Amino acid sequence: MLNFLAKRLVQIVPTLFFVSVLIFSLQHLLPGDPALVMAGEERDPAVIAQIRAQYHLDQPIPVQYVYWIKGVLSGDFGESLRNKMPVLELIAQKLPVTLQLAAMAIVIAFLIGIPAGIVSAVKKGTAWDYGANLFALWGISTPNFWLGIMLIFLFSIELGWLPASGYVPLTENWRASLAATIMPAFVLGNAIAAILMRHTRSAMLQVLESDYVRTARAKGLSERTVILKHAMRNALTPIITLGALELGTLLSGAVLTEQIFSIPGFGKLIVDAVFNRDYAVVQGVVLTTATIYIMLNLIADIAYILVNPRLRG
Amino acid sequence: MTDAALSTSASLAAAETLESPARRAWRRLIRRKGAVLGLVVIALFVLLAVFAPLIVPYDPIATSWSLVRKAPSMQHWFGTDELGRDVLARVVYGARASLLAGVISVGIALAIGVPLGLLAGYRGGFIDALISRITDAMLACPFLILAIALAAFLGPSLGNAMIAIGVSATPIFIRLTRGQVMSVKVEDYVEAARAMGNPRWRIALVHILPNILPALLVQATLSIAAAIIAEAALSFLGLGQQPPAPSWGSMLNAAQRFLTSAPWMAIWPGLAIFLVVLSFNLVGDGLRDALDPKAR
Repeated sequence: MLNFLAKRLVQIVPTLFFVSVLIFSLQHLLPGDPALVMAGEERDPAVIAQIRAQYHLDQPIPVQYVYWIKGVLSGDFGESLRNKMPVLELIAQKLPVTLQLAAMAIVIAFLIGIPAGIVSAVKKGTAWDYGANLFALWGISTPNFWLGIMLIFLFSIELGWLPASGYVPLTENWRASLAATIMPAFVLGNAIAAILMRHTRSAMLQVLESDYVRTARAKGLSERTVILKHAMRNALTPIITLGALELGTLLSGAVLTEQIFSIPGFGKLIVDAVFNRDYAVVQGVVLTTATIYIMLNLIADIAYILVNPRLRG
Repeated sequence: MTDAALSTSASLAAAETLESPARRAWRRLIRRKGAVLGLVVIALFVLLAVFAPLIVPYDPIATSWSLVRKAPSMQHWFGTDELGRDVLARVVYGARASLLAGVISVGIALAIGVPLGLLAGYRGGFIDALISRITDAMLACPFLILAIALAAFLGPSLGNAMIAIGVSATPIFIRLTRGQVMSVKVEDYVEAARAMGNPRWRIALVHILPNILPALLVQATLSIAAAIIAEAALSFLGLGQQPPAPSWGSMLNAAQRFLTSAPWMAIWPGLAIFLVVLSFNLVGDGLRDALDPKAR
């Protein structure tokens, strides 16, 4: 276990290094002189020269990278060109909003995906199974921004039950907060529910054919006990860790979902940054996302070992 | 079992030993209702895209102030948009951008990913470690966020969106190819090819590549579905197809602003994306089952 942990931790270092190189190189995709791009409307050569010196753009690229990564490692992601706020502060401000959305989405995904997967495996080949599979296909194939727009149309415009946009922090008014986030959370959770359903179904099918389930049935246990106590427990352990790995899907989805519901989170931050040509913010957001993703992967691996006694030792 | 049933199953088995793997896969694919439905819908959309001018009588970018946001009618089946353009015409012409983006960006991902995966899997050692770590790094950035960042830095256009989506999808193909090569290269027939003195590139291209094609084909089909959604997402954000050229994503963006007064603007482009993506997913799932050697 310790050995494995050490190996995994060592593997993270080069991955993070390449992530940082990748994100740093984005800047060099910009057509033309980055100093001119950063200057925006400003055409004064003195200002441009000052920008060039300030961002070390007059240095060779590897030297620029060293300056940049030094800053990043000490928590300096640069500042937003638009409102001059430090990028890290902006991220810290927006991240909790997206985390609330993500947490609600995961809960919704588990509540829909796992029961649907279990039912379709237990009732394999019936209308239930067919329906659950159709639901999974629907979840995987629906563009979440379209689903969001349709939900706004139905629940906000036609029925008037929920607010179409905006965000209220949980701490301020939890009812209003839930009302504002339930639709976007459902949009995000829907796609993940579909993936969870497919995995749960195949894991359950595998377990239901195993010897120990046959033994449990032969002992005369009720089908209910066999499924809930014997089969489900073993089938679901890998599924729990899968939830962590779907975070990438969640964050990708959050970009458009937050845009549609005007929720001031992480996804909206990157979209706004893209439109304002606020490249430091774009880099900061991608870097933070990748780091969170790598860490969650690590946690998922550890959790997987903890719940699987055969892998301990 | 009756004699007749026995003889047909015997002749089926005989046919199976004679036909090529591609034919067998095709025969098994078209036995699946979902996959056939997917193929038919994709074919329909391809026909719509190719013959768009023959199918709709309206110009997709011709504006008309007298026709702003008119509800669906006999003249304009899907209604008109905020500039008086025919929504049906824009949905039909929009199929071009979506299908092109899906196919070209996956083509880019294949063109970069497969050679790198072959190299990493077959050579091993330092090259493998380097390629694998870069792949890990790219996979750590969520697909759409990476595509948005790339598209933002490259500049907004349909071509750049395709590049951004293709590059973002590349690590999946590197990892898949590498894994497949690792499992195939220890097979006896590869060993035999090596013993006969074939050069490395020949073994990789002639003996290994054809055996990993089925897995690549399944992934490519499913990736086209993801790429079409990604293109719509980038166009929705204004990073893909530029106005006034029609694309489903940018139509949805405009539609959102007129949801109260013109909901039909939002329904059709979204439904088109859903149908095309669903079809590619159905074909991908069908291919996976049809090409699975265990299911024979």
